[in-house]
Amino acid sequence: MVTASPAIDPAAPVAADGVAPGRKRLGKALIAAATVGMLLVILIQALDAAGAVAIGFDSWRPSLYAYLIWSVVLGAGQVMIRGEAGQRALFLLPAALFTVAVVIFPTFFGLYIAFTDWNLSSSEGRHFNGVQNLIALFNDQYYWNALLNMVFYVAMVLVEYAIAFGLALLLNAEIRARKFFRVAFLTPFMLSPVAVSWMVGKSLMEYRYGPAATLARHLGWDSPAFFTSPWIARFSIEAMDAWVWIPFIMILLLAGLQALPKEVVEAARVDGATPWQSFWKITFPLMLPVSATAVVLRIIFKLKLADIIINVTSGGPGGATDSVSSFIYREYRDRSDVGYGTMLAMFYLVLIIIFVTLLLKFVSSRMQKMT
Amino acid sequence: MSVATDTRPLAAEDAGQRTKRRLGRTLIYAALIFWAFVSLFPIYWTLSTSFKVARDVMQGHLLPWIDFPPNWLGWRSLGLSPDTISNTSTVRDEFLSRFTNSVIASFGAAGLAVLLGSLAAYGLSRFQYKFLWMKNKDISFFFLSQLILPPVVLALPFLVLYKELALLDTRIGLILLYTLTVLPIVIWVMRDQFDTIPIELDEAALVDGLSVWGVFLRIVLPIALPGMVAAFILSLILCWNEYFFAALLTSTNAKTLPVMVASQTGSQGISWWAMAALSASAIIPLVVIGVLLERYIIKGLTAGAGK
Repeated sequence: MVTASPAIDPAAPVAADGVAPGRKRLGKALIAAATVGMLLVILIQALDAAGAVAIGFDSWRPSLYAYLIWSVVLGAGQVMIRGEAGQRALFLLPAALFTVAVVIFPTFFGLYIAFTDWNLSSSEGRHFNGVQNLIALFNDQYYWNALLNMVFYVAMVLVEYAIAFGLALLLNAEIRARKFFRVAFLTPFMLSPVAVSWMVGKSLMEYRYGPAATLARHLGWDSPAFFTSPWIARFSIEAMDAWVWIPFIMILLLAGLQALPKEVVEAARVDGATPWQSFWKITFPLMLPVSATAVVLRIIFKLKLADIIINVTSGGPGGATDSVSSFIYREYRDRSDVGYGTMLAMFYLVLIIIFVTLLLKFVSSRMQKMT
Repeated sequence: MSVATDTRPLAAEDAGQRTKRRLGRTLIYAALIFWAFVSLFPIYWTLSTSFKVARDVMQGHLLPWIDFPPNWLGWRSLGLSPDTISNTSTVRDEFLSRFTNSVIASFGAAGLAVLLGSLAAYGLSRFQYKFLWMKNKDISFFFLSQLILPPVVLALPFLVLYKELALLDTRIGLILLYTLTVLPIVIWVMRDQFDTIPIELDEAALVDGLSVWGVFLRIVLPIALPGMVAAFILSLILCWNEYFFAALLTSTNAKTLPVMVASQTGSQGISWWAMAALSASAIIPLVVIGVLLERYIIKGLTAGAGK
C-alpha cells in the first residue's frame, strides 16, 4: 500500500496525489520565500561579522531562528505540495533536519580547525598551518601511547563479555529471587562514571583507608597501590569501567538466552549431553548473533571511554591509563591547544570509522557463513 | 529418559545425582550472592561513608550502629542534614542549582530525543523514503552512525558554535547536544518497537478514514508507549551521567551535577564524608528510578538484540 512513495525528493513526480494545483503553487512559493529569507538573514549576519555593514548582532542566533522557521515552512510546504506523501515525510523531517544541523556544521568546522594552529591562550587567533598538526601527531608519542591503551581497553571487552555471559547464565538458571538479583546486577549501569570515579577509584581503592586496599593487604599484598604502576593502574581503570558496563552486556545476553528455543536445549539434555557440552555445542553457537550485537555496541561505547580516567588518574602514571578521549581532553583543558587537539580527535574519528566498519563487515560475513 | 538402562542401583544413582544437584545449586547461589555483593557494595560504602566521621573512615568501620555511630557530618556539609536543612547554606544552594540543571538538561534532552526519534522511527518502519540516493536503509544507517561519534570530535566545534550562537553555558545548549547523542539509541529502540506492531493495524485504521498522522497518534502510539518509556529512561540515564560535554561547555550557570562532583574530587582537602554525601545524592535519583522502572530499562536495552 504505502510502498514506493518517494518522499522529500522534490524532483519526484507528484501528479497523482490529488493536491490542487493552487495549493501546490502556494507551497512552493512559501518554501522559496523561506529559503530566500533564511539565506538573506545569514548573508546579512555574515556581512555584519565581516564588518561590511554595521548592525552589530550580539550572536548568530537570528540565523538559528531563520533556520527554525525555514524548517517549519519546509515541513508545511511538503504537505501542501505533495499531500499524503508530504505528511509521511513529516515523520522523518524533524529528526533529519535536527541531525543535519547539529552534525554537519560541527564536523566541517572541526575539519577546518584541525588544520589551524589555534591556541586559545595565545593572543593571535587562528592561522591555517597545513599539515603541520598531522606531522606533529605522527611524532606525538603520548598520542600513540593512548591509542595503544585503547587497543588494550577494547580487547578487554572480551573479558567483560565472558563475565557478562556467566552472569546472564546464572540469571537464566532456575533460581529464587531472580528479580532481586537482576536489579542488583543492573544497578552499576545506572551510576555516573564521575560518581564511580570517587566511590570506587578514589575511596574504595584508596591506598590508606579504602576497603579494597585493606582487603588486598589481608590477602598478602603489602602495598596495595592501585594506581602507581602502569599495568595495575590500567587494570584498575578497566575494572571500574567494566563494573559499570558489564550489566549492559549481561542484559542483552540474558534477553538472548530467554529467546532461545527451549526444545533444543531440552533435547540435548535428553540425549545425555553434559551441561558443559550442551553449552558449547548448542547455547553458545545459538547465542552468537546476540553476542555480536552486544560486543559491537560495547566496543562503540568503549571507544568513548574518558570520564573515569579524567577523574581518577588524569591519564597517569606517565600516560599509562590514558584513553584517546582523556588525552585530548587534557590537550583542550590544560594546554588550550585547540587546533592540534581537534586534529587528534579527527584522526581518531577516521580510525574508529575504519575499525568499526571492518568490525561490522567481519561480523556480518561470519554470520552469513554460519546460517 | 523413562527407561533406566544404567546397571547401577537406582537409589545410589539418585543420591549421587541429588548431591551433585545440591552442589550445583549452592555454587550458583554463591556466585549470585558474590556478584550482588560486588555490584552493591560500592553503593553501600558510599552511603555509609556519608554518615561517618574521620575516625570511622580511618579505622575502616563498615557497619553503622554496630561499628560506628552514624553522624550527619557529611550531609551537614552539604546543608542537607536535619539540623541544617532550615538554615541558609551556600553549598546547598549550589548543589540544588546543579541538581536542577541536571534534571532539566536530562529530562529535556530525553523528551526531545524521544519525540524526534519516535517520529523518525515510525516513518522508517512504515514508509519507503527516498532522498537523493538514500533509501530507508541508508537513512537508518545515517542516524545510527551518529552513535560512533566520540564526544571529543564534537566538543570543540560545539564550543565555538555555541559561543557564536550565545548558547554556551546554557541549559538549552546542553539539551540540544544531549539530544544528538541519544537520538540514535532512541531511533534504534523505537524502530524495533514499531516493527513488532503489525502493519495491518495501520491499514485497517486507514481504511476507516484516519489520516496517516491520525493512525500514528490514535492507534500506534498508545501501543508503543511502553517502548517510548524504555527509550526515555535509557536516554535519561545517559544524559544524567554525561560529564564530558558538560565539563567543557558549561561554567557557572548550566553546570550539571557530574561536573560538580568531579570538581570536588579534584581538590585534595575535601573530606570523605562530604564527598560521599555528594556522590550519594548524585546517584540516588537514578538508582531509585532504576529500581522502580527496571523492567523498562531492560526492555529498552534488549530492543533489537534478538536480531
